[in-house]
Amino acid sequence: MSLPLGTTVRVSTRQHERHHRTPGYVKGRRGRIERAHGHFRNPETQAYGGDGLPEQELYLVSFDLPGGDRVLADVFEHWLEAAE
Amino acid sequence: MHDRGGSPTDAPIDRTEHELADWEILMDAIENALEHRGVMNTDQMRRGIESMPADEYERASYYERWLFSTEANLIERGVLAPGEIDERAAR
Amino acid sequence: MSHDHDHSHEPVTGAGEAPAAARVRALEELLVEKGVLEREDIRRRIDWLVSRTPADGARLVARAWADPAFKARLLADAREAAVEVGLDPGPSPVVVALENTEQVHHMVVCTLCSCYPKSLLGPPPDWYKSLPYRSRAVSDPRAVLDEFGVELGDEVEVRVVDSTANVRYLIVPRRPEGTGSLGEDELASIVTRDSMIGVALPAAPA
Repeated sequence: MSLPLGTTVRVSTRQHERHHRTPGYVKGRRGRIERAHGHFRNPETQAYGGDGLPEQELYLVSFDLPGGDRVLADVFEHWLEAAE
Repeated sequence: MHDRGGSPTDAPIDRTEHELADWEILMDAIENALEHRGVMNTDQMRRGIESMPADEYERASYYERWLFSTEANLIERGVLAPGEIDERAAR
Repeated sequence: MSHDHDHSHEPVTGAGEAPAAARVRALEELLVEKGVLEREDIRRRIDWLVSRTPADGARLVARAWADPAFKARLLADAREAAVEVGLDPGPSPVVVALENTEQVHHMVVCTLCSCYPKSLLGPPPDWYKSLPYRSRAVSDPRAVLDEFGVELGDEVEVRVVDSTANVRYLIVPRRPEGTGSLGEDELASIVTRDSMIGVALPAAPA
């Protein structure tokens, strides 16, 4: 799945008890793709001795803050869904 | 516990800085070396920190967390025996 | 060497040292004895760490200010740009430089741990690793900037970047007024570590 810059996405709210790098404060939020970083080994499996393959696309995604400011975070594609 | 973004707090940010102690630099170097050797990776390191009991996590300094995680990972991997560090440190 | 049996399980530390100090030294001894690590390799890594300073990041910023073509290369791929200048970008596969402008002010945090471009900036300050910074930066960045003495107008968009993966971020602060005649070295001397994190603004020399 390749997400073009500017695409609106929503971060998944699925439960994930084990190690992952999607912070709680972005889960369920609507955001915008700002940058595509390329693909990287998956930390969720590497953290348990796995090889992290297949690599996943990593995106810099921006979210609204009050007053027109934004917060941005690097989120892996498997946490993102296309949204309206 | 480690996932702090947006946690409710008004606590001011203490801007006091301290120069890293020798043991902290050594801890960083050991962890780097272990990763380079493939004994552990960054994600295992982070997972180890995340496994700290909440009160220990809050009380521990940054490199104390690294020590906790590195020790836990090395014991898991059978490189160290439980208690081996404490025993050596007490000599 | 005899010691009090009541303390036989306490780490042996020098005066004023954290108990962790003796445990880390013990860890090193054990890993070297077991052949897992080599002392020389650890020493080299220590040397590398203590050689890391914000001067490297400042050189990148100063060159970007002085040379628009370099700035474009820095913003496209900061890792490559660092290598071009003969700097060590560190082990992260991706380093991104984000430019502050009249319209946009970036600042960096790592809410999950304390990821930081230490190859280019040296070790992160304690406050960057602190729980209050990690919590508050992403929910009320202007209050945090206020604490650091940075006031931005409403027309400026604050963008807080949370380095949650293995990408490292470096901020290129705005070049202050009155620095037009400065050479690159002088420019580098006014670029502070905090301005490359995004919690300070560089000031023209008095």
